[in-house]
Amino acid sequence: MADLDSFRSETRAWLEANCPPEMRTPMRSEKDLCWGGRNFEFQSEAQKRWLDVMASKGWTVPDWPKEYGGGGLSPAESKVLKEEMRALGCRPPLTSFGISMLGPALLKYGNEEQKKRFLTEIARGEIRWCQGYSEPGAGSDLAGLQTKAEDQGDHYLVNGQKVWTSYADQADWIFCLVRTSSESKHGGISFLLFDMESPGVSTKPILLISGNSPFCETFFDDVKVPKDQLVGEVNKGWDVAKYLLGHEREMISGMGLGSGIGTGASGVMLGPVAKPEDPLLRAEIAAFDVDALAFAAMSERFIDQLKAGEAHPALPSMMKYAGTELNKRRNELVMAAGGSDALEWDSERSKGGKSARDWLRSKANSIEGGTSEIQLGIVAKHILRLPGA
Amino acid sequence: MMTLTDDQRLLQDSVRPFMAEEGAIKKQLRHWRDTGCTDGYGTDFWRQFAELGLTGILIPEAQGGSGLGLVEAGVVLEEVGRNLTPSPFLTTAVAAVRALEGSAQAERWFPGIIAGETVATLAIDEGKHHNPARTAMEARRQGNGFVLNGAKQFTVHGNSADVILVAARTGGAAGESDGLTLFVVEKGANGLSVETATLADSSKAARLRLDNVAVDADAVIGEVDGGWAPLSRALNAGRAGAAAELVGVAAGASEMTFEYLKQRKQFGKLIGEFQVLQHRAAHLYGEIEIARAAALKAAQLLDAGDDRAELFVSVAKAKAGRVSALAVQEGVQMHGGIGMTDEHDIGLYMKREAVLSELFGSPRFHAARVAELSGY
Repeated sequence: MADLDSFRSETRAWLEANCPPEMRTPMRSEKDLCWGGRNFEFQSEAQKRWLDVMASKGWTVPDWPKEYGGGGLSPAESKVLKEEMRALGCRPPLTSFGISMLGPALLKYGNEEQKKRFLTEIARGEIRWCQGYSEPGAGSDLAGLQTKAEDQGDHYLVNGQKVWTSYADQADWIFCLVRTSSESKHGGISFLLFDMESPGVSTKPILLISGNSPFCETFFDDVKVPKDQLVGEVNKGWDVAKYLLGHEREMISGMGLGSGIGTGASGVMLGPVAKPEDPLLRAEIAAFDVDALAFAAMSERFIDQLKAGEAHPALPSMMKYAGTELNKRRNELVMAAGGSDALEWDSERSKGGKSARDWLRSKANSIEGGTSEIQLGIVAKHILRLPGA
Repeated sequence: MMTLTDDQRLLQDSVRPFMAEEGAIKKQLRHWRDTGCTDGYGTDFWRQFAELGLTGILIPEAQGGSGLGLVEAGVVLEEVGRNLTPSPFLTTAVAAVRALEGSAQAERWFPGIIAGETVATLAIDEGKHHNPARTAMEARRQGNGFVLNGAKQFTVHGNSADVILVAARTGGAAGESDGLTLFVVEKGANGLSVETATLADSSKAARLRLDNVAVDADAVIGEVDGGWAPLSRALNAGRAGAAAELVGVAAGASEMTFEYLKQRKQFGKLIGEFQVLQHRAAHLYGEIEIARAAALKAAQLLDAGDDRAELFVSVAKAKAGRVSALAVQEGVQMHGGIGMTDEHDIGLYMKREAVLSELFGSPRFHAARVAELSGY
């Protein structure tokens, strides 16, 4: 406990000395996130400096081992770092699917060489990853995927199509589920890593109802992938895929936390909206706040349970379901509170239709990463052990 | 950390089997209900709480208790809720102890509470809805003491309590938190009439009438006109405790229901195979986990003396009430016809939930309080 207290004061002092003041202001939009990668355009010198100092300390991934670019912190220390960053209002230095999804899977299933190479790149923000999971014919039934990887001796030859690949057009590498055998549905899937600049890879953004294109279609036409870029064993990729999905769901559940406590003029968890005059709206916001604050407590407990090894493996599904349904409700309330102001689509006044676009974007939350119905099915089967689930 | 410590787990490991066996529905709730017990709980059973050291759970070690906190009390109350175990634990060992602590009255009542011989409760509500700031009961100075006049209701265990902590107004106006004073009124006081009200869950509450009940100056807990402080301590503890008990009610009802889904057959298959029920069950499971986290958070913040404790107490009470209501409603519905019978236990959970949700403020009261505490 005394050690943790001194870690806390050292951490606070270090953050105060090293976090640029510009990186202690609230983010205005998703555009303020630092994704890293080969082609990332930093928004400011401060953003770059913040990434560099944090990466050199291993604190972009504080609880990863030091030999892979992490900070080697204990769960309790990571929590302290997070709390201190929150207290000072520090922005996350780096956000990436490498950190939240691929990294944990590589730590568990990658070989030493893969861990050294890929984890270190992720920790430094050098390579931006995207996720090749869903296909036109394999959405909720993900294991029905058909993208083929043929063994050509020294490499795999990949052909097929992925869809809903988040930011594929901006990513450097992809972690991709491919079919290496047609003899078994789940037992014919392998987990490959490859460079998006490989010949034969192309992407096409998908325009969503929000007017934005965070997702792409991704096409593979005779893409050669070196064999040492297979993670785990051939035809055992489903285990890696499921493990990674757990982490994806954990990440997505975080959106249930919204902008955090105490940020709004009204509605602790709603964000900055004007004080509601309508008593019915106030009641709805209050009911939402009860649920959102309770969920915040659950998120904290969930992370502590994960770190203590006490979390049921299917718990991320519960969290993903609850967090995304909450985020959809939050956006509905923002629209209700905003009235006709919130319907403006591109005016300066509406920050380019932020409310409306966020609201529409949020509808994907309960679809991406496994629909709410898929998550409930997983909970019913693996936690409640209901028959035939 | 929002996981239980080793000591808290040990407590859970000892309380869980005790409540499941000694505190079981058949042995306690149904037994006392069906034999027409006027207290609504067993006094010998309450002494067993004492033998386990539970009655003094919040009382400082220097005063003979265990010196534990609301997290530990919550561990006990979740098991109480799971088994619908009737006892004066919440009112006496949690709410009243917190009101009395640090006051001159503590020395007098703590030994009896620790021994399982004294039952204490709070008399706050004056109308059908909980609203302590609206307390209007008059406490007039007279000589060296006070004279109390007015009525109270929903005084849980008020008919069996040896000591009742009564909120009354010595100053200010109804609606103000200033001007309240918390008094100790003893059983059998002159001018105190107690009407027992058996509630839907077979527990006993009391409607009190105070007609010129005279108390000494030393019957005041804390300061005259400053009763809000001990009252808030008691209510925070009582609400956090009720939230934990509600989580237990939800857990007990849902576990019973999930089990039923694996046994009951219709259309040639187990009803738990129907996806329409699976998804509702999974949703309920998640809500209970969230409510449990909220109750734990509230207890931890209270134990730590954190500024956000009041907010999270209301979050926990509101959330646990809502979730517990969902659990018992789904419980009865998924049991079908058998769930409507007195013979089956699931209906008992529905009755208990209704009483606990109302106690110390309904989910609506606490949602409104979340709004007020958040400045909207």
